[in-house]
Amino acid sequence: MNNHNLKEYWAINIRYVLILISIWFVVSYGFGILLAPTLNDIQIGGFKLGFWFAQQGSIYVFVILIFVYVYLMNKLDIRFGVQETEEGS
Amino acid sequence: MSVQLWTYIFVGITFSLYIGIAIWSKASSTSEFYVAKGTVNPLTNGMATAADWMSAASFLSMAGLISFMGYDGAVYLMGWTGGYVLLALTLAPYLRKFGKFTVPDFIGDRYYSQIARTVAVICALIVSFTYVAGQMRGVGLVFSKFLEVDIFWGVIIGMAIVFMYAVLGGMKGITYTQVAQYCVLIFAFMVPAFFISAQLTGNPIPQLGFGSKLVDGSDMYLLDKLDQLHTELGFAAYTSGTKSMQDIFFITVALMVGTAGLPHVIVRFFTVPKVKDARISVGYALIFIAILYTTAPAIAVFSRTNLITTVNEQPYDQMPEWFTTWEETALLNWVDKNGDGRITYAPGQAIVGSPEINRTNGEIVRGEYGEVTLLNPLTSTENELYVDRDIMVLANPEIAGLPNWVAALVAAGGLAAALSTAAGLLLVISTSVSHDLIKKQFNPDISDKKELLFARIAAGFAVLVAGYFGINPPGFVAEVVAIAFGLAAASFFPAIILGIFYKKMNREGAIAGMIVGLLFTLAYIGFFKLLYPEYNTPEYWWFGISPEGVGTFGMLINLIVSLAVGMIFPDPPEEVQEMVESIRYPRA
Repeated sequence: MNNHNLKEYWAINIRYVLILISIWFVVSYGFGILLAPTLNDIQIGGFKLGFWFAQQGSIYVFVILIFVYVYLMNKLDIRFGVQETEEGS
Repeated sequence: MSVQLWTYIFVGITFSLYIGIAIWSKASSTSEFYVAKGTVNPLTNGMATAADWMSAASFLSMAGLISFMGYDGAVYLMGWTGGYVLLALTLAPYLRKFGKFTVPDFIGDRYYSQIARTVAVICALIVSFTYVAGQMRGVGLVFSKFLEVDIFWGVIIGMAIVFMYAVLGGMKGITYTQVAQYCVLIFAFMVPAFFISAQLTGNPIPQLGFGSKLVDGSDMYLLDKLDQLHTELGFAAYTSGTKSMQDIFFITVALMVGTAGLPHVIVRFFTVPKVKDARISVGYALIFIAILYTTAPAIAVFSRTNLITTVNEQPYDQMPEWFTTWEETALLNWVDKNGDGRITYAPGQAIVGSPEINRTNGEIVRGEYGEVTLLNPLTSTENELYVDRDIMVLANPEIAGLPNWVAALVAAGGLAAALSTAAGLLLVISTSVSHDLIKKQFNPDISDKKELLFARIAAGFAVLVAGYFGINPPGFVAEVVAIAFGLAAASFFPAIILGIFYKKMNREGAIAGMIVGLLFTLAYIGFFKLLYPEYNTPEYWWFGISPEGVGTFGMLINLIVSLAVGMIFPDPPEEVQEMVESIRYPRA
């Protein structure tokens, strides 16, 4: 494993983190707070949308984001050969 | 069977279980005591983290708080879950790769400085002690409300239980008791929620129920009905709230970042075998937490609706039995200001301060309608009802007319939530003393056996201190929770993030950042919460930011100071930069 490859691994990791954190921000702070009053004009079932994002939706999205990151990183670890062996690293 | 008998049965069974685990999981080395030898299965760790994290406040108080805050309650819901995304993406995997025992360990090694380590230890101790006092208080409250045991003995019993498994088993004992405690608390939280959701909306899943139509024949959505009730009574609509948008924003950031910087949460991710496990373990933890956190806002809506429709403009003498029972505990009280014998519920406080029951010779003095009378002066609002926030979860089963065993279950769940968090915090306190102070600073040559002994002594001592604060709570326990999160956000979080993502960050910058962030946050909270509470209103706050949200400011100041001071001083030594490089890759 040479340094050049490791640098690329890290760069891709940073890119994943930035993309996922942007979604994290948009959903919680965007939909749940800043845009909540506007989104509240839309009603789905009994929920006003801004209220739903603030008290339900953002939490579901948080869970999904973590599992997407886990999936992406496990694949990336294998691609760059930095995955841990069974005994641990 | 009575609620009390059921409570004795549930508490008896769960406590025997915790003690059993304590005996089975005795730790024999410091590695076992501090991080369970790093052999915890990621799913197990996720569940333990959930119990570690969800405290008496999450279990007993949060749904009640939200039901009075409406939309604004989102600060807790998002703030106390969103931090896990930060943990999974930016902290847990790297700290696991670093592979030591504590957060001060990382700060001390990464910033090649005993001063940095000491600052981190001080932060860890302040955060953990403020937090743990509240937990012991929660234990005492449950005992006194449900078992009619004196708060003093309630705390003593709680201390004895925690002492057994935390001091004997260390992290190993704590992990497996936390798994058991998670099962108890989530079952206790969900059972009443299913029942009440089905009663009100016909849909037993609370997450869907509170967006459904009522089954009372009105063909109205529950939330629309609640908004309507609120507006009629003069409250802001439930789904819009009253806090300013920037305050909501700042509080949410402070709670999220604070969560990600709490040492007792971070240390849980040192206990899994691999980096890969640390990542997924955070995901499992958040699923387990989300089950409770997506149910709590539903419970808030159900209990708020139930409360308003049961009491408002109804004659006092037609109140159900639970109303009169909770009156005697001074958690729910009525003062007939307009003398019409009916309960008027309106915005504002009904009385000055918390209720003090009027007694002569120990007998409660009753009013014209048989109500419990109070000594408190009345306020000038129309509101005649005092409702303690905690009652919304505690009394929920009774308000909904559920069987006695459900109410008893809530008591056992509250105890599980308080004990599991207390144990996690006590472990942080004990490792900070035995490992970060004694082993790393005063006596590096200490044998593992001796260090383990010190860890046990420190844990025992911390239990005693926590118990003392549980029995004699400082008047500001509720206030200082803001301090715990603000401090974690303003001290640890930037130092760890910079330590991982910015290789050139040096010790001078990090230390300056932590100290300035810490002092600024302490000063702001101390000023408004302790010294001058009369100024604690939006017109005096900086940029409209309440003390709860100031940790966000502290974090930004920490970042700026760290980077600015860091530029003046030389880069960290080569071997430190290499260490930073190495924690970025799971292997190699």
